[in-house]
Amino acid sequence: MFRRRYNKKKERIFNMAEEIKKEAPANFKVTIDNITIEVAPGTSILNAARKIGGDVTPPAMCYYSKLQGSGGKCRTCLVEVAAGSTADPRPMPKLVASCRTNVMDGMIVKNITSERVQDARAGVVEFLLLNHPLDCPICDQAGECHLQDLGYEHGKEGTRYEFKRRTFEKEDIGPYIQLHMTRCILCYRCTYVADQLTDNRVHGILDRGDHAEISTYISKAIDNDFSGNMIDVCPVGALTDKTFRFKNRVWFTKPVNAHRDCDKCCGKVTLWQRGDEVLRVTARKDEWGEVQSYDGKPGWICNTCRFDKKHVNDWMIEGPTKINRHSVISQGHYVGLHKPKETMPEVMGGRAPKLLMDIHDVSDVNSVDISALPGPATSKTFEKTNSNGKQ
Amino acid sequence: MGRKLLLDKAHIENIRLYDVYRREGGYRSVEKALKTMTPDAVTDEMKKSGLRGRGGAGFPTGMKWSFLAKPEGVPRYLVVNADESEPGTFKDRYLMEFIPHLLIEGMITSSFALGSKRSYIYIRGEYAWIVDILEQAIQEAKNNGWLGKNILGTGYDLEIYVQRGAGAYICGEETALLESLEGKRGNPRIKPPFPAVKGLWDCPTVVNNVETIAAVVPIINEGGEEYAKIGVGKSTGTKLISACGNIKKQGVYEIDMTISVEEFIYSDEYCGGIANGRKLKACIPGGSSVPVLPANLLLTTAKGEKRMMTYESLADGGFATGSMMGSGGFIVLDDTQCVVKHTYTLARFYRHESCGQCSPCREGTGWMEKILLNIENGKGKMSDIDLLWDIQRKIEGNTICPLGDAAAWPVAAAIRHFRDEFEWHITNPEDAQRRNFGLAHYADPIHVPTTV
Repeated sequence: MFRRRYNKKKERIFNMAEEIKKEAPANFKVTIDNITIEVAPGTSILNAARKIGGDVTPPAMCYYSKLQGSGGKCRTCLVEVAAGSTADPRPMPKLVASCRTNVMDGMIVKNITSERVQDARAGVVEFLLLNHPLDCPICDQAGECHLQDLGYEHGKEGTRYEFKRRTFEKEDIGPYIQLHMTRCILCYRCTYVADQLTDNRVHGILDRGDHAEISTYISKAIDNDFSGNMIDVCPVGALTDKTFRFKNRVWFTKPVNAHRDCDKCCGKVTLWQRGDEVLRVTARKDEWGEVQSYDGKPGWICNTCRFDKKHVNDWMIEGPTKINRHSVISQGHYVGLHKPKETMPEVMGGRAPKLLMDIHDVSDVNSVDISALPGPATSKTFEKTNSNGKQ
Repeated sequence: MGRKLLLDKAHIENIRLYDVYRREGGYRSVEKALKTMTPDAVTDEMKKSGLRGRGGAGFPTGMKWSFLAKPEGVPRYLVVNADESEPGTFKDRYLMEFIPHLLIEGMITSSFALGSKRSYIYIRGEYAWIVDILEQAIQEAKNNGWLGKNILGTGYDLEIYVQRGAGAYICGEETALLESLEGKRGNPRIKPPFPAVKGLWDCPTVVNNVETIAAVVPIINEGGEEYAKIGVGKSTGTKLISACGNIKKQGVYEIDMTISVEEFIYSDEYCGGIANGRKLKACIPGGSSVPVLPANLLLTTAKGEKRMMTYESLADGGFATGSMMGSGGFIVLDDTQCVVKHTYTLARFYRHESCGQCSPCREGTGWMEKILLNIENGKGKMSDIDLLWDIQRKIEGNTICPLGDAAAWPVAAAIRHFRDEFEWHITNPEDAQRRNFGLAHYADPIHVPTTV
């Protein structure tokens, strides 16, 4: 009986994924920041930009390609549409959410080349961080937090907010998941997980406006076999793994790909180890921080794999995980380092970027190969270049 | 004396009841439309009338109807937006309370034109007693064969349902309204797809304001071209204005959009002038979310012309020197009113009513409210004014639904036109707690640049 229900669930999950997999022939030409790419009709601007990669891709906090209906809420992915399509080349008056706007043939999109976009995005980042507690030093998500990355790339150094930040009462929502509502940015991803992966959603958004909160009604525990995926989709530290809580910083743990035969899920996971100890199990993430797909099927994992299999013996180890985007985790181990595409020359259309000062002209430091020196470099090492300089 | 089309029979005793309404010529438009016209002909008549949506945005109704997708085998819906929650707007309440049959009649004709077999009235929860009035009117119409199966023997079926909201301003936004009507949390949807393609239960849907649907009745009775003769330019027909604030006679007025703002405020036929012998300081001409205007800009445009009560004239000069017709909530402020406090009140409202779905509106409205409260309490800084300006600029246009804009515009307009008062509040914090800034120069004649 149970098995059948799980199979049914599995089927539903896979069918959902099938739709993502289906690809029409690519024949819509879209230009994003001077880079033209051909994509299938029905592709969103964000996904087209992700195909190009690099700086051209707008950040996304609430959109999750494996969750239907997600996106459009956080407004970090706003872009300017300079020309709607070949048929109707009028620009769109407002900035549009690239995750929920589909491309048209001949569309011209401006992301990093538009000052309006940069300005609006700076505003959105400021809004998102307005009531965020910034308790990164004690937050388990630190190091793999999308808000941290976003703040690092687009945020300002200070805040103009002079009031008390919003806080919420702590709430217990079950044995495995820790809810920390104060950190939440209301991306709604976890509600989509509950809707689309689990049997029954028992949590949701209560109240509205800046006092809206994610909660279960009357503190009902979230206890469902795929509920743990909420932790993976949460972009911030609002939903964290109770079995991993305060155990370690993510960048001190070593991510290892592993798998096991699981009758509920794909069983392909990342183990986060310290020595031989498995501290945490998560689904594998792709370069956008989303759950990896296998043949177009998202690799969600079940709670048994995530919370109960914490021994190396439970798993078949495949090898170290290739960490790319969340680079702080890969400090110390650079195996299979993946560098994003360098898009700057194309974005600038052949023009050289405007340099305020070429540091190499001034210092000439790079003319000395430090690693070739027999001992540590001293001021004497640079004497020759100094005398050639402007002195 | 302007012409009245909607409220001309509102004074008749018991017009609320079917017998009286029918005796006074009610349900003629249904007979005319169902028996002599095709659905497309009704839509054409609406296009000819030039009727613009009365909910606030002023989008031409005939055009909206013609955009409705009509795929085979898929039901279509008409939803009437009676979630009238804009502060200062109470025209739909008057209409539904006193002549509910006008709305029912308009709905039958409109549903026929749109091909809707089930139409809904989504009414705000606070209008609890009006639900009973509407239910009674629907029952009466049904008993007399205007609703149900095979209306007037034409083979057209229609049912009308009334749905109560739970008291949220956001549910007046059409897609949030549809979500709420489907029984979900009232969060606005991301557009496209628009309701005309995917609306209620993913079927093509038209959402119209109560007054818009009521205006269908005179348009069909008199003909679209006849209706278009009333008014000026693209502002055709009559408009209900709900006037409130410091005026002698508050209430709902029907105007034919040929009078000037000055006449509307000061003539005895309408508002009857400013109460208690005070002077006009400022006015919000179209409901709380449109920009506030100081007295001088309200009565004359920046070009020096008289400002008229029309869509175009009220919007003359854009947001720099103009405002909007909006939903017709005419809020008048006299010289004892404080613009800072007034702006704070509005900001508090929008903070409370933001749905919290998208970040600029969720966080920005709360931030603006806190800064405005500081200024109002005499704890503000000069830099706060520029900060407010920057916040509203970053909310406007960057949100999913127009609530973000509606929260940003009043703050922007208050700073644009009343910066002196804000600065006075900050530089004289103690004085500001005791007395008002007063009229100052806000009614002075404006300098009109002469073109040579």
